[in-house]
Amino acid sequence: MNEELIAALSTPPGEGGIGIVRLSGNGVIERVNQIFSPAKGCRLVDKGGFTLTLGWITDKDGSKIDQVLMGIMRAPHSYTGEDVVEINCHGGSLPVRRCLQRCLDLGLRLAEPGEFTKRAFLNGRLDLSQAEAVIDVIRAKTNRGLQLAMLQLEGKSRYIEEIEDDLLRINAMVEASLDFPDEVGDLDNDEALVILGEILNKLDKLLAAGRRNEVYRDGVEVVICGKPNVGKSSLLNALLRKEKAIVTDIPGTTRDVVEDYINIRGIPVKIMDTAGIRYTEDLVEKIGVEKSREVIENADLLIFMLDIAEGISPDDMDIYNRVDPERVIVLVNKDDLESKKISPAQLERLFAGVKVIRTSVINEVGLDELEQAVEDKVLSGAIPGDGLDIMINLRQKGALECTREQVWNASQTLQVVPLDCLAIDIWGALETLGEISGKSLKEDVIDRIFHDFCIGK
Amino acid sequence: MIYEAGKYEIIVIGAGHAGCEAALASARMGCRTLLVTMSVEYIALMPCNPSIGGPAKAQLVREIDALGGEMGVNIDKSSIQMRMINTGKGPAVQALRAQADKHEYGREMIKTILGQPGLDLLMAEVEDLEADEGRVKAIVTRTGARYECQAIVLTTGTYLKGRIITGEVIYDGGPGNQFPAVRLSDNLRDLGIKLGRFKTGTPPRIDRTSVDFSRTEEQPGDDYPWRFSYISPPPQREQLSCWLTHSTPQTHRIVMENIDRAPMFTGVIQGRGPRYCPSFEDKVVRFSHKASHQLFIEPEGRDTDEMYVQGLNTSLPEDVQIRVLRSIPGLENVHMIRTGYAIEYDYVIPTQASLTLENKVVTGLFTAGQINGTSGYEEAAAQGLIAGINAALKVQAREPFILRRSDAYIGVLIDDLVTKYAEEPYRMLTSRAEYRLLLRQDNADLRLTEMGRDIGLVDDYRWDIFKDKKARLEKGILFLQTTTFTPADKEMAHYLSDRSSAPLRDRTSLWELLRRPEIRIDGLIASGWMAAGADEVMDQIQIQCKYEGYINKQLDQVRRFEKLENKQIPVDIDYDQVYSLSNEALQKLKEIRPASIGHASRISGVTPADINILWISLEKRRN
Repeated sequence: MNEELIAALSTPPGEGGIGIVRLSGNGVIERVNQIFSPAKGCRLVDKGGFTLTLGWITDKDGSKIDQVLMGIMRAPHSYTGEDVVEINCHGGSLPVRRCLQRCLDLGLRLAEPGEFTKRAFLNGRLDLSQAEAVIDVIRAKTNRGLQLAMLQLEGKSRYIEEIEDDLLRINAMVEASLDFPDEVGDLDNDEALVILGEILNKLDKLLAAGRRNEVYRDGVEVVICGKPNVGKSSLLNALLRKEKAIVTDIPGTTRDVVEDYINIRGIPVKIMDTAGIRYTEDLVEKIGVEKSREVIENADLLIFMLDIAEGISPDDMDIYNRVDPERVIVLVNKDDLESKKISPAQLERLFAGVKVIRTSVINEVGLDELEQAVEDKVLSGAIPGDGLDIMINLRQKGALECTREQVWNASQTLQVVPLDCLAIDIWGALETLGEISGKSLKEDVIDRIFHDFCIGK
Repeated sequence: MIYEAGKYEIIVIGAGHAGCEAALASARMGCRTLLVTMSVEYIALMPCNPSIGGPAKAQLVREIDALGGEMGVNIDKSSIQMRMINTGKGPAVQALRAQADKHEYGREMIKTILGQPGLDLLMAEVEDLEADEGRVKAIVTRTGARYECQAIVLTTGTYLKGRIITGEVIYDGGPGNQFPAVRLSDNLRDLGIKLGRFKTGTPPRIDRTSVDFSRTEEQPGDDYPWRFSYISPPPQREQLSCWLTHSTPQTHRIVMENIDRAPMFTGVIQGRGPRYCPSFEDKVVRFSHKASHQLFIEPEGRDTDEMYVQGLNTSLPEDVQIRVLRSIPGLENVHMIRTGYAIEYDYVIPTQASLTLENKVVTGLFTAGQINGTSGYEEAAAQGLIAGINAALKVQAREPFILRRSDAYIGVLIDDLVTKYAEEPYRMLTSRAEYRLLLRQDNADLRLTEMGRDIGLVDDYRWDIFKDKKARLEKGILFLQTTTFTPADKEMAHYLSDRSSAPLRDRTSLWELLRRPEIRIDGLIASGWMAAGADEVMDQIQIQCKYEGYINKQLDQVRRFEKLENKQIPVDIDYDQVYSLSNEALQKLKEIRPASIGHASRISGVTPADINILWISLEKRRN
């Protein structure tokens, strides 16, 4: 079992200075090397134990997720006695969780509660006299972890139970047809497809509700972009001032802020100001421009600023054309100025269907409207979860997604594969869902057969 | 007056399906064996339905056969009809079912037993099991004969304190109106063994000459010459048909009008009955919206007019049974030969047995079959075989033989029995086997025959047949995997386009082509792409090829399963010394004494936290 690589968030969730994702298992350094891009050419795998390496955790497409410090401990000189990597991310739960997610993408498994400690013990890293203390920790964590997770789901919604019930029903249909062919006959494919469709629908709603909730817990990344001097820094400062959560050291118009965390209507927002994008031959500035493009492409939402006194230039449209209109709010700034070179008709024509707000950032005009737009946009981005108020943790999300995949497979292959193969996915879906509640549902399927069908020749 | 009658290494008590397999296995493995039965005429009796096989049960029969057991060979000698069930639902759940000539089945088994060297048969009622310091020592019969032995296999079926119920009529008895075994039950209690009580039932039998078959639907056997055993010759005899009819609203009215006389509902029957085999009155009450239930009329044999009414298992009063029968199309003028009845009986709570089926309280005492709370001839035979094997291995001081859930249905059956607290008679279902796609009836020999050979049960005849089949199989697969075609091969291109199969893109083997749904092995043979071969070899190749993806998925699951199975728990572990186990887990672990961490994790009430704790304490012990 210890050859499995595990990962877990080891700092408390929420805002903090740094967040640590801890990984353990022999070979984990080689594995995590695949998603790590070092600041200097030194590869992670060449590093010795007890070293720190600066670099970036990279996304699937190679883009950078977060700048991190990788702490390496080599077996057996680590807490667990196995190879251990500690990824020190920037605080705020979003970067931490994205880094963790990347590790899971690599095939690492989420650690069970107390598993690091258990491994430490099994590998002889803890004194034998500590064994009982370890056991207490594991018992407390396993039981409470399961209870807490269930509390989050139960009471608020009977959704999981409904899905479980549907899955039991379809499993009983399949199994009854296999075990009692004389009494039950063949599986009714049409009925099965309807049930599988309903299950998919419910899983989607649950996952969507979870995503909506994630927005409140993990926040979003918003990027302000536009030509130099359009008022990006002013906007950032205005939003910061308005929130009053962070008081800047030197109030002023030229504060050199590149990014900060603010809170817009309860949603944690990491807001970033791009260095200003325009075509240039200057090599140094060109690097900055490339970086800005990268940031823009990864953002959840973009505030695209125009200067009403300057008009809309080809440079502006060049930036705008690179972004997804679904994720854009257009801000027409300096509306207080007399000379207006942007007409409503022009806005209508160029930004049809896009939210356009007229502001005067220095006078704090239009900021409420902007905040409202950010909230609307962010929440509509997550598919409405049918009003479900559900918290889903990463483990539950994983189980739900895995369940969904198997149900989807079953619905796709229903007409083509024989029933005994189909049953592997249909049973697998129920088994995976059972991981959420910690239940084994095999017997329930058999009970259900006798409940739903008149068996017995 | 007790006299010393002789000494045996192993004594098997009861000669039903479990007892016959146990006695034959033990004798074939070289142990001097005594088989004791209350009635020689009733050896291998089929007191209920006249059929063997069907989903999950066919797999059991093939597994028994692959290990060198007798059931498959015996039913092939005595079947009157064979049908392959579930043919459209995939290879894992296809199942052969035979209608048996009940009398011939028994006669053939008696011949085999009497012809088996090293096996003696004795007709007697065993009254006493002698144990010394928790170890079996001898048996004593009602007539005072005392036989010493090293191990006992107890396979007494439903005879322990059997009680037969038909309506208001209740009397003590075993199946087929035989004497019940009364004293043995108390004897077991005295040895410290816990007993439970179950119930089952059987339908009435009717006279063929009084049935109007024109009002029923004929159910003939398959044309294909199926057989259960891997070593049986192809069947020669003509098959007999079964007949399908159904109950009517009038039938259901008669039942409901007399429900106050049904022992099932008056509280007379207290034992728990099987849900998969409910009484007819139970079906009428629970599924009142169903206007009709299927009923199959099945011959009990070639040389008898007695027929079995499958689906009409009942303990209603005799007069009601006759009226119920006569309300059924085709049975308007039927003559009932035997009355249906319910039977209550004691069983040994099987969690007291280990995975070898040896009792954990009394050393050397093995239990198998219906006495362990199972139902079905096949389930009984499978346990009998394993108990017989392990009794012999114990006497010979060899390693026990345990099949895992990933090896065989037999493994699932026994693991469930000794681990779970069954609340009804246990029946094998394919849905109980997590690795169903691997445990097919078509590959039981590939899974088990080598193990059977190692134990010493597979004789040279069977071994040669197996080796030959395996060699042809490997050769066939190698040929398919190494014979390749390129897009330039015109003949193959034509063959594919004729079957609306996509043209080749690059070099492709026949094995890969066979994976395509529209390509089948008989087609490849017919068109000369590969040489013809025996059906069972060609079918095996095709299944292994077409289902490779799903099979690999299951093999992955098995690898994960085996990690925990390989984590053995020492037999002398003291659970009271394991810190912090929950009370429920502690009690159940002490009772079941699981063999491995994996086994422990299947006990209900043992939580993942308990498993972690147990694991840690094992590591601590090892250090």
